[in-house]
Amino acid sequence: MVDLEAKKPCAGLLPVAHPGTELVEVDLGALTSIAPFAGQQDAVSVALQNAYRLGFPAPNRTTGTKDRRLIWFGRQMVLLAGPAPAAALQKNAALTDQTDAWASVSLSGNRAEDVLARLVPIDLRRAQFGTGHTARTLLGHMNASITRTGADRFLILVFRSMAVTLVHDLNQAMEAVAARR
Amino acid sequence: MRIDGKGLVDRSSPIRFQFDGIGHTGFAGDTFASALLAKGQRLMARSFKYHRPRGVMTAGSEEPNALVTVGTGAAQEPNLRATTLEIYHGLEVRSQNAWPSLSFDVMAVNDALWPFLGAGFYYKTFMWPRSFWEHLYEPLIRRAAGLGALSGQSVAERYEKAFAFCDLLVIGAGPTGLMAALTAGRAGADVILADEDSLPGGRLNAERHAVGDMAGSDWAAQATVELRAMPNVRVMTRTCVTGAYDQGTYGALERGAGAPQPGRPRETFWRIVAKRSVLAAGALERQIAFADNDRPGIMTAGAVRAYLNRWGVAAGRRVAVFGNNNDAHRTALDLRAAGVEVVALIDPRPKASGPKGDFPLYAGAMVEGTRGWLGLREITVKTGGGIVRLAVDCLAVSGGWNPTVHLTCHMNGKPTWCDAIASFVPTPGAVPGLVAAGACAGAFSTAACLAAGAQAARDALAEIGVTSAPPDVPEADDTPYRIEPFWAVPGAGRAWLDYQNDVTLKDIKQAATENFRSVEHMKRYTTQGMATDQGKNSNVAALALLADATGRGIPETGNTTFRPPYTPVSIAAMGAGGQGMGFAPRRFTTSHAASVQRDAPMVEAGLWYRPSYFPAAGETTWREACDREVRLVREKVGVCDVSTLGKIDIQGPDAATFLDIVYTNTFSTLQVGRVRYGLMLREDGHVMDDGTSARLGETHFLMTTTTAAAGLVLRHLEFVHQALRPDLDVRFASVTEQWAQFAVAGPKSRTLLNDLLDRPLDNETWPFMTCGPITLGGVEGRLFRISFSGEHAYEIAVPARFGASLFDTLVARAEALGGGAYGMEALNVLRIEKGHLTHAEIHGATTAFDIGFDRMVSANKDCIGKTMAARPGLTDPNRQQLVGLRPLDRAVELTAGAHLFDRAAPARRAHDQGYVTSVAFSPTLGHAIGLGFLSRGRDRHGEVVRVVDALRGKETLAEVCPPVFVDPQGGRLRG
Amino acid sequence: MRLTCPLCGDRDRREFYYRGAAVALHRPAPDAGVAAWDDYVHLRDNPAGETRDLWHHEAGCGAWLVVTRHTVTHAVLEVALAQDEGAAG
Repeated sequence: MVDLEAKKPCAGLLPVAHPGTELVEVDLGALTSIAPFAGQQDAVSVALQNAYRLGFPAPNRTTGTKDRRLIWFGRQMVLLAGPAPAAALQKNAALTDQTDAWASVSLSGNRAEDVLARLVPIDLRRAQFGTGHTARTLLGHMNASITRTGADRFLILVFRSMAVTLVHDLNQAMEAVAARR
Repeated sequence: MRIDGKGLVDRSSPIRFQFDGIGHTGFAGDTFASALLAKGQRLMARSFKYHRPRGVMTAGSEEPNALVTVGTGAAQEPNLRATTLEIYHGLEVRSQNAWPSLSFDVMAVNDALWPFLGAGFYYKTFMWPRSFWEHLYEPLIRRAAGLGALSGQSVAERYEKAFAFCDLLVIGAGPTGLMAALTAGRAGADVILADEDSLPGGRLNAERHAVGDMAGSDWAAQATVELRAMPNVRVMTRTCVTGAYDQGTYGALERGAGAPQPGRPRETFWRIVAKRSVLAAGALERQIAFADNDRPGIMTAGAVRAYLNRWGVAAGRRVAVFGNNNDAHRTALDLRAAGVEVVALIDPRPKASGPKGDFPLYAGAMVEGTRGWLGLREITVKTGGGIVRLAVDCLAVSGGWNPTVHLTCHMNGKPTWCDAIASFVPTPGAVPGLVAAGACAGAFSTAACLAAGAQAARDALAEIGVTSAPPDVPEADDTPYRIEPFWAVPGAGRAWLDYQNDVTLKDIKQAATENFRSVEHMKRYTTQGMATDQGKNSNVAALALLADATGRGIPETGNTTFRPPYTPVSIAAMGAGGQGMGFAPRRFTTSHAASVQRDAPMVEAGLWYRPSYFPAAGETTWREACDREVRLVREKVGVCDVSTLGKIDIQGPDAATFLDIVYTNTFSTLQVGRVRYGLMLREDGHVMDDGTSARLGETHFLMTTTTAAAGLVLRHLEFVHQALRPDLDVRFASVTEQWAQFAVAGPKSRTLLNDLLDRPLDNETWPFMTCGPITLGGVEGRLFRISFSGEHAYEIAVPARFGASLFDTLVARAEALGGGAYGMEALNVLRIEKGHLTHAEIHGATTAFDIGFDRMVSANKDCIGKTMAARPGLTDPNRQQLVGLRPLDRAVELTAGAHLFDRAAPARRAHDQGYVTSVAFSPTLGHAIGLGFLSRGRDRHGEVVRVVDALRGKETLAEVCPPVFVDPQGGRLRG
Repeated sequence: MRLTCPLCGDRDRREFYYRGAAVALHRPAPDAGVAAWDDYVHLRDNPAGETRDLWHHEAGCGAWLVVTRHTVTHAVLEVALAQDEGAAG
């Protein structure tokens, strides 16, 4: 018998804070990618509604809140964050456990937008990218999922193995933005 | 000389700085140039080729002469323009291209040799002997000529890049740009106003014009305050838009203000994406060519006004003005109004009628020559009444204004010649979404600029559906700009055009004489416009004079192509964030810390870092560690992190059908709970990748790829699905990161695992090439009985959070069994011993036939690459085929990259029979082994070939053998 | 350069992987013959004008795209999902 110990992707790296921004690791609970099979999106939508009272998000949008959230995750795919996937979903969609695949961090503060403008090649200002908006894009050289979860708060996911680079890149940008004024 | 009461500098804030070790004081708001001029210092630099003494000529980023170096060591920055360098406390500036000192430069001997150093001199002179160019002439010339030098060290300071987006980008914050930004900002549009200057206002800060009922500079300040207060407007000062690119993308360089501060970037390179943009870049004043027109103290007329009105500095005590347009006359008036002596206003237009002032106007006159080595002392004026010599220390010259059309040419646009202003104006539509307005479009009065800015903004906004109120444009000066083209004063002597590259009128004429008549040829022959200022002051005059010399009109002569960047951009800014950790993401496995802790040297495998070997106590070389690790796998049990291999989750009713299309062999027949090796081809018939795929359920597969090809394969699967077979119902998800996966290999692997697993394994229920779920202490994982080493082996996968813990556990248990961890070196030796392939063999030019896997291409179905793989050329029996190699002398090494030749044949290209792809010392066999490709290799087992490594100067003989060295029957795998 | 992904919207070129001519959408039958396969795998036009090529929104949604663009003006005329184009072709 063995007793395996769990370790978080950003263990020992976070939190970090600079004037105007703060970066912390977040535990989103279970992560499951849901890719409806051909013609099954409506059925999946109903199942999601029944199981979690969450609508199937349109491209570039999320539904739900902190504890249970559906994040649009790319072509024909959404990410369920929080609860374990309901059995009813299995029939109509490819479900894949992604709980351990992503480093999840939250960047917040009144200069969070400025920090991300150093690393992300899309317009993340609130007027264009409001709460509940999400994007698959780049952060530095890393493929990322970026979601606005609040007025000055972003949820950022990159591959788990890149956690060190994620924290490095964000920390550098946070430092540079803080040094401006 | 500072004029009391004039200018926008803050006289309550003195600032101390140094130039070549000598202390100076300026004021907040001063540039290095204005502060030195205020002290009466005209000499600031030496010229590129002739080392002529030079002073400041302009008041902006177009400055060709006054280039200086700031900082030392890694922080050294050369070629900064004195005219845009803002002074700060402690600033240390050094002069360039002068030795031993700026005022006494021995290389000025070049100037005496000028008759020999004209255009084409180098090309004609330093031709023979041929090898001397590289080793003698060029190094000598480079030492004698030049600008500032780079430190040669990595930059010490931080640079950054950033992205910005807007509805309307306004480029330039002069009257046009401010009015455009105000109009758009008040309409609620999302606006960026960018200007290279530290102070918005453009020429409004340099002139005495009123806007509405206030001074132009006050209006600019008030407009800026209004703009900064708008949440929808970003005012970016010190930000030069340097390039226009496709789909509304602009590059812009932002300079940091003031003294360097820790953590703060020195420069930021912005990529701005704008739905529409207004170019309000203004205009640049040009010189007139006359003999010795480059002396310190000779400046553009507009610059003299700028120093006076903005910085409160008189550029001289006795000033003459020489210009062919009414705008130049303002300089004389402004100077007189400030109490500076104006010696003469010289206008080459015969009918010029001057402004009223207490200074002589010489109409129809021209400056023929000048005197004064380190600074202007005297000018010679040819008037209707004869030659007049005037003692002056400053000459303000205007040959007219050139609209700053550069950005409109960045997407292959050509500007249009306009007779009315004797210059080029932008051709509308040259950059999609960009409209040029104001002075850069040829409208030179303040009133015209304000109106044009407002209108351009309204038009641009209308195109993107934003309505704006009719603008409230303030009244302003609308004096007509009158000009008669006047490019050069006839006469002997050297008349400078391109000051920075020391190109004279004579050089242009010589280019024409030698038939370099195309403007592009003239440019390259003379180097006109090829310096860091890109000929901003001189290009138009140069091509006008080329037109004259070749007897053509200016429009048909055309102009050279303006390319980005508009002003120099440091490489450090463009590559910001790309150094060190920022170069590429670093991917660390869950066992990374444990490997580092065991002193394993980490090697890069794509973006991943993997342990090379795990040194044990007493081991001094990698080979010792590697040999030990190979033996422990062959004899006991070894543990290796294989998480970096690509893992793709494939699900859907058509998953099996899909795999049959992308793999050469059949997967639809694979049973649930079984694993199969698969080979994937490119459509051209060559091998793309290989790996195992496991059937986890009827409609659920898990594909593995090589570490290097993980991204490539997923992209390929998506392509085949989306582009070729969208009818198939299948979904993909990368799970490489979800699972930490470890190879447990060796005769004791099952013993080790059975200590850990909640339910033990046996050979009947877990034979070779099976897979299934397992649990360890309640943690759900997956087990695959597969082997890359050729031993009885498993790969065990758990969710990544448990990876670190499982690795520690596995290694500890392995060590207790006499085994331990093994790294990439041992992994490579094990697979070569077993004849397993990596991308050393499937390197992009090999086929299934070459590696002996042609029977894996199923005859019963189509697959990607099948048709092309059947081409005669790809199945030719003479092709080079995979073989094993054993050195005849068992004591020698083999080297990868060596080529194979028949034993009796010379080791020449024509006799090449193949090459070595992978080599290792096999501790199992006790000698070196290799894999390689050899013509008809499969038929030549037992033959001896020459192995020649010309690069390393090594040669040996080797016996050709089957590529599997260890356990060819596979008994160990199944045990 | 920017492309408007039908799913993600207007994006910088750095998010996309370029593959090549949209010819790749129209895979011949295995028995289509040497000429058809040569065309498909190797032969490409090099137009000064409109061209259609395949891009993968690799750092975005993962969609394969068919981009119609002008090689002289650099105008991007249309971006469509390959899944629709391939089936239509």
